[in-house]
Amino acid sequence: MAFAAQHSRSHAGPRPHRFRRARGQQKTTRDRVVDFVIALILLLIVVAIVYPLWFIVIASFSDPAAVATGQVNLVPKGFTLAGYAKILTDGRIWTGYRNTIVYTVIGTLVNLVVTIPAAFAMSRPEFKPRRIIMFLFTFTMFFSGGLIPSYLLMKQLGLLNNMWVFILPGAFGVYNMIIARSFFEQSIPEELRDSARVDGVSYFGFFFRIVLPLSSAIIAVIGLYCFVGHWNDYFTGLIYIRNQDQQPLQNILQMILLANQTEQGSAGMTAAQSQNFADQIKFGIIVVSTLPLLVIYPFLQKYFNKGVMIGALKG
Amino acid sequence: MTNSNPVPPRPRTAWYRRLAEHFRLYWQLWVLTLPAIAFILLFAYVPMYGVQLAFREFDITKGLTGGKWVGLKYFRRFFNDPLFGEIIRNTFRISLWTLTMGFIAPIILALLINQIGSKRIKGFVQTITYMPHFISTVVMVSMLQIFLAPNTGLLGRFFGRESEMGNPSAFTPIYWISEVWQHMGWNCIIYLAALSSVDVALYEAAKIDGAGRLQLIRYVDIPAIMPTAGVLLILNMGSVLGVGFEKVWLMQNTLNITASEVISTYTYRIGILDNQFSYSTAIGLFNSVVNFVFLIVANTVARRISDTSIF
Repeated sequence: MAFAAQHSRSHAGPRPHRFRRARGQQKTTRDRVVDFVIALILLLIVVAIVYPLWFIVIASFSDPAAVATGQVNLVPKGFTLAGYAKILTDGRIWTGYRNTIVYTVIGTLVNLVVTIPAAFAMSRPEFKPRRIIMFLFTFTMFFSGGLIPSYLLMKQLGLLNNMWVFILPGAFGVYNMIIARSFFEQSIPEELRDSARVDGVSYFGFFFRIVLPLSSAIIAVIGLYCFVGHWNDYFTGLIYIRNQDQQPLQNILQMILLANQTEQGSAGMTAAQSQNFADQIKFGIIVVSTLPLLVIYPFLQKYFNKGVMIGALKG
Repeated sequence: MTNSNPVPPRPRTAWYRRLAEHFRLYWQLWVLTLPAIAFILLFAYVPMYGVQLAFREFDITKGLTGGKWVGLKYFRRFFNDPLFGEIIRNTFRISLWTLTMGFIAPIILALLINQIGSKRIKGFVQTITYMPHFISTVVMVSMLQIFLAPNTGLLGRFFGRESEMGNPSAFTPIYWISEVWQHMGWNCIIYLAALSSVDVALYEAAKIDGAGRLQLIRYVDIPAIMPTAGVLLILNMGSVLGVGFEKVWLMQNTLNITASEVISTYTYRIGILDNQFSYSTAIGLFNSVVNFVFLIVANTVARRISDTSIF
């Protein structure tokens, strides 16, 4: 069995001999076995993650009957764009898309405008009240009023069925603020502030003209976190929005994908054909809704990594 | 904040003078923080103040805090609720499985990825394993439904005629396995960072002492990530009753409800769908307090044992 696996790997996947080895030292047989097992496990993990995603993509391009009977395995079978044609004409998806883009863009901007300046102020050691303000902020990470008090507050503020409910309540993210603060503490040298002070530069001047231009990396990180958060937000629409025209993409997806409200296939289809066609639409919708994030993410990966690591240092 | 004037001519008291001096020096920092403070007061502390609704009758005419005081009535109702035991058991079962597996899997993955010598393969494996993290909960749950569909689904065709999504005893495994699938790559970044900061001299020294691959992992890599793991474990304990609402809610159906009703979904059902505001608030408060207690206990224990703590 081990030989079979070894053989199949010579065609694709990571090769064992590329694995780290002590310079100038001969590997023992035991280490070779360990290397091999590690490579095998990693290969299995990668396949287990890639295959479901790949399957959705090929299923969205395949003949739905072939998908339902298990004939679609590695490449599309009975290539068709019928599912996508149907999706393109479904107005609900476009409304959802438009709403999500609006909420995401405005929400991310507001997030940055509120979070970054606060993080800067919290990073100044000479600003004594920062300890108590930080406590005020971090306490909310561990304790909250809960669903109903928040709901009643939104109601009182007139935020039910109002697009600002997507933007204002989450405008200040404590976790993001902590990440940005750690960044400022580590990467803005104290000498910079000292010399700015000697030159009579105020905090405003220092922040806007010196700190911000040096902070594009952290702004990108926080912006991306906010972007993903807004894009995938389902809870807000569920609780606070009753009006379908204002629902963001995720809530529209829930209606179509989970509550099974796909538009029916054309007349003359049997029930089974209609169900299969509905499934194909689902595959297509998953691709259409998730693609933007998955396509941009490998390019932005280093920023995401950076965010996690900066956040890790200060916890 | 109202006082941003320069120092007054003759301050009478020391505290007054210090305050004025403080604002003269730092009013700009206050201005930069002010929006954040305003948002947190309005959207976090006002609801926290409103939590007293748990001890009052809700009165639509008197607002959040004007109803009649009824003490622990709604807490008693929750403890006597026929569903109480089931909900608590479900919440603990789902969350303990997810916390445990979601804690172990990223550590193992990070240790494995760290063994890869080639930078390119390492980057490739990382890119692949992070990817599912960006899939939304709605899409994740619909993927589960499609894959587990009886007869036709990628996995469902091996499980017979009934969908596993409707099988109460399959709910928890489906939940935690898909959680691990989705987030293990992302959550291992932090451990990879810790591993990358290990001094190379340690590996060299261990090799000279005759350590093999497994011993290097056991005696160098694992100790290197222990502090990080400790902090994350404490933070996780703070959400032991905080099973994410969205995913459970979306996976729930009438067939699996006996295994899938948890505190957060019950709060939503009672509060938003049934409009029993006071009762729902009481359940939510119970949930927050339990979480908070777990966090404090975990933090204290960790500080005693290993000097690791988050506050």
